[in-house]
Amino acid sequence: MPTATPISRVNDFVVRFANVNGSGSASANEMFARAIMRMGVPVAPRNIFPSNIQGLPTWYEVRVTEANHLGARGGIDMMVAMNPQTFDKDIAALEPGGYLFYDSTKELPASKFRADITVIGMPLTAICNREYTDPRQRQLFKNIIYIGALSALLDMDVKAVEQLIGEQYKGKEKLIEPNLKALNIGRDYAILNLHCPIGLRVKKSDKVGDRIFIEGNAAAALGAVYGGATVCAWYPITPSSGLADAFTKHCERLRVDPETKKAKYAIVQAEDELASIGIVIGAAWNGARAFTATSGPGISLMQEFIGLAYFAEIPAVLFDVQRAGPSTGMPTRTQQCDIISCAYASHGDTKHVLLFPENPAEAFEFGAAAFDLADRLQTPIFVMLDLDIGMNHHLSQPLAWDDTRKFDRGKVMTAAELDAGRDFGRYLDVDGDGIAFRTYPGTHPTKGSFFTRGTSRDRYAKYTEEGAPYVDNMQRLVRKFDTAKDLVPRPLQANSVNQTKYGVIYFGSTAPAMDEAIHMIEARGHALDRMRIRAFPFHSSVNSFVADHDFVFVVEQNRDAQLRSLIVNECGIDPVRLVPILHYDGTPITARFIAKAIGDHLDQLKVTPMKVSS
Amino acid sequence: MTYLAKPKFHHPHLPKNELGYTHRDYEGAVSTLCAGCGHDSITAAIIQACFELSIEPHRVAKISGIGCSSKTPTYFLGNSHGFNSVHGRMPSVLTGANLANRDLIYLGVSGDGDSASIGFGQFAHALRRGVNMTYIVENNGVYGLTKGQFSATADRGSKSKRGVINTDNSIDLAAIALQLGASFVARSFSGDKHQLVPIIKAAISHKGAAFIDIISPCVAFNNHAGSTKSFDFVREHNEAVNRLDVISTRMPIEVKYEPGTVEIVEQHDGSTIALRKLDADYDVHDRAAALGFLQHHSAKGQIVTGLLHVEKESEDLHAHLHTVDAPLNSLNEKELCPGQAALDKFNASMR
Ligand SMILES: Cc1ncc(C[n+]2csc(CCOP(=O)(O)OP(=O)(O)O)c2C)c(N)n1
Ligand code: SF4
Ligand SMILES: [Mg+2]
Repeated sequence: MPTATPISRVNDFVVRFANVNGSGSASANEMFARAIMRMGVPVAPRNIFPSNIQGLPTWYEVRVTEANHLGARGGIDMMVAMNPQTFDKDIAALEPGGYLFYDSTKELPASKFRADITVIGMPLTAICNREYTDPRQRQLFKNIIYIGALSALLDMDVKAVEQLIGEQYKGKEKLIEPNLKALNIGRDYAILNLHCPIGLRVKKSDKVGDRIFIEGNAAAALGAVYGGATVCAWYPITPSSGLADAFTKHCERLRVDPETKKAKYAIVQAEDELASIGIVIGAAWNGARAFTATSGPGISLMQEFIGLAYFAEIPAVLFDVQRAGPSTGMPTRTQQCDIISCAYASHGDTKHVLLFPENPAEAFEFGAAAFDLADRLQTPIFVMLDLDIGMNHHLSQPLAWDDTRKFDRGKVMTAAELDAGRDFGRYLDVDGDGIAFRTYPGTHPTKGSFFTRGTSRDRYAKYTEEGAPYVDNMQRLVRKFDTAKDLVPRPLQANSVNQTKYGVIYFGSTAPAMDEAIHMIEARGHALDRMRIRAFPFHSSVNSFVADHDFVFVVEQNRDAQLRSLIVNECGIDPVRLVPILHYDGTPITARFIAKAIGDHLDQLKVTPMKVSS
Repeated sequence: MTYLAKPKFHHPHLPKNELGYTHRDYEGAVSTLCAGCGHDSITAAIIQACFELSIEPHRVAKISGIGCSSKTPTYFLGNSHGFNSVHGRMPSVLTGANLANRDLIYLGVSGDGDSASIGFGQFAHALRRGVNMTYIVENNGVYGLTKGQFSATADRGSKSKRGVINTDNSIDLAAIALQLGASFVARSFSGDKHQLVPIIKAAISHKGAAFIDIISPCVAFNNHAGSTKSFDFVREHNEAVNRLDVISTRMPIEVKYEPGTVEIVEQHDGSTIALRKLDADYDVHDRAAALGFLQHHSAKGQIVTGLLHVEKESEDLHAHLHTVDAPLNSLNEKELCPGQAALDKFNASMR
């Protein structure tokens, strides 16, 4: 009997699988998560994987959450410990009263275990050795066998798992039977030999609705398809490669001309990130919608070109799937650490538009919108994803599109307009929004051509090193950036039901954890107004939100409080008013972390708890 | 430096090409390069080639990197869009532009610093991808714009204006282009317009990656004794393997050639190249032999010029990517956006 009461919870717990990279566990573990989702119970799975192909430890965490808390929670209620390398550490990570499931083929001394947990041993290796002769099969089916055992231990609907096996091996029917067999070996063993079910249980529910289960990279890539991207140039880098891969797959499905079988897209795996962004800029200059997908190191390489696109005013879309820096940093861990390097990318005075999607649904929406914004503003647009959004499956609203929507190609002067005698000055602001007309190359035999350059020029694109036209141009670029404030997605504000002098600002993948944390903070007797920033440049409501509160927490996933710096710098706000809450160990931020950090801060200030109104 | 507009005066009796354009229609702004710079002769040759080919001037996209050489697109085809990008990155910008609209003619202009040093990687990859373009390097062996430092094409043992001997091995861009699979490779000399103009015409007519290394002396920093890129040195060591005439489809072949000395090469646009062999054994279709020939002659201090290689059945990047015939930049939402119906299906597959 464990010294702590075994945790007893239905549809609200965290299971973590500890595996060895390359052992085939990933698809089995994902099937486990999907099966729970099929039972109508929301799940939030997260992959914690090494920068390695085979042999190093990898974890897969499934948060089962009827209450729809889709952020990471922190703490583990059940550990499926399949990796001897990390066994001790994995056991140590369990919550008191938690459950350990392990391979008991080899007897382990009692000192290996904790007194306050429930230990469930199953001789997995022995069972596999008995059932299978092929070593590869022994390894692969071991994963399915433990899923079978878990289905009994957690009281899951085995039909859901069986159905998923059928779907997964559709077209490879020969594989269905052996997988079902392995599943039942595990399940039967558990029912006969283990105490089933344990305190953690999955009960059928109806909380999933019509939501879909999708990775942010796949959703963003589909956004690029819907946004009309025809040229994609990229260079492989974790965690963004999946975005280019997904774009390729979506295009093969959706963008092949049915008659000619020819491609309505061009994808180039470039020689490096300099070439990737160069190709994007060349294509966009020539009137195609083009993008690249990369991560921090790629952004660093692209700096010179990004400045060119800013100054020469060329639309370009960059998906930055952020990972922990600096340098190679922790390439398979998540962070929001490229905010400053993207916002002010390149030498000289530059500022760029950033979009911060919170989940795959927004990654799709912003992914498509980025192309309209790029054309409208004639400037690079950064869609700031991160590894957590990009590479994990998220339960997300179904993707939606308005079929009446038209692409906004921005200010493009046509041959007819040139013939009608319209004055064309490539850098001439005709209506005060700071955006000038452009022409596509090849438009007209004698009118509307211009020379694009990274050097200074006048309103008619003529080279000049005179101070006045340079300043005139730089001022227009500031006006254009002001115009952007009202075109980019607005911040979303949610005020506490109780009057409060305090607020919190957050963005991107922090959103689900923050939404959960707010309840925990309220339970501690504090009220907070919330603002989720969705884009840079900041809308004027960001200024007023800060002005309306004594101080505002800024929650982010980097060391240096980069968004906070950007707010201080761009909104001219006294830094004292913005309290940084920073999480940057490479794991996704958790509700527990946020609630504690903000709660402790407010406690320390001896803030009189709000009166809980009835 | 200031921008100089040319007077827009058209002489009524200027000769016109098949499309009715005069030579003036292919000119650009007045050059701001040093008087006598080889690059200006290349500009003149490009103008002449485009005029003779009867190209619609605005259907060309001129793309360059940074350097004196990369400035030249301002000085020709004033009615074309031009893009003076960043140092060494013309090839990627051109590749993207070409992907966006396969219907324009792409003229990439670069220097030896631009292509053999900072942009060596991009030079290589654009050629191996077979981007349909004419890629010109105006090769003077120095960085002209930054005042005469050696470039990577400077020959080992050659002397700088300040008397420094170059100890690094040089890069032969034409040889590398051959190695990389460029389907048209030529070398010429800015001082030999009779050789240069037809080569540019043939390159423009070629489908696929056409590369021309043009030795183009820098009068300010690399035209002294001891330089191997000076006017005198190149004239003395020029080893031309052939001379060409480009005959457009629309014009009957007027020139009569001695049988056996001329090879007719058909180009994808229907024009033909008449190749007058100066070296009877040189075969423009044998890539490996061409490489050997170049190495052999450069070891003797000779500069091999002429059409070095042309593939008969060349392909370009669009063929490899199997893209639609219409320019990608002309596709609209109806052709590109699959709409809610496709999304419903997708959503259903993700549950
Ligand atoms: C990133 C970067 N580094 C350095 C320079 C400075 N720079 C301008 S032109 C040039 C060399 C140009 O040499 P080349 O391409 O041979 O052209 P040329 O002037 O000889 O025609 C250099 C180093 C630059 N513009 N950008
Ligand atoms: S410095 Fe050399 S390359 Fe540059 S313009 Fe003068 S002569 Fe030409
Ligand atoms: Mg040079």
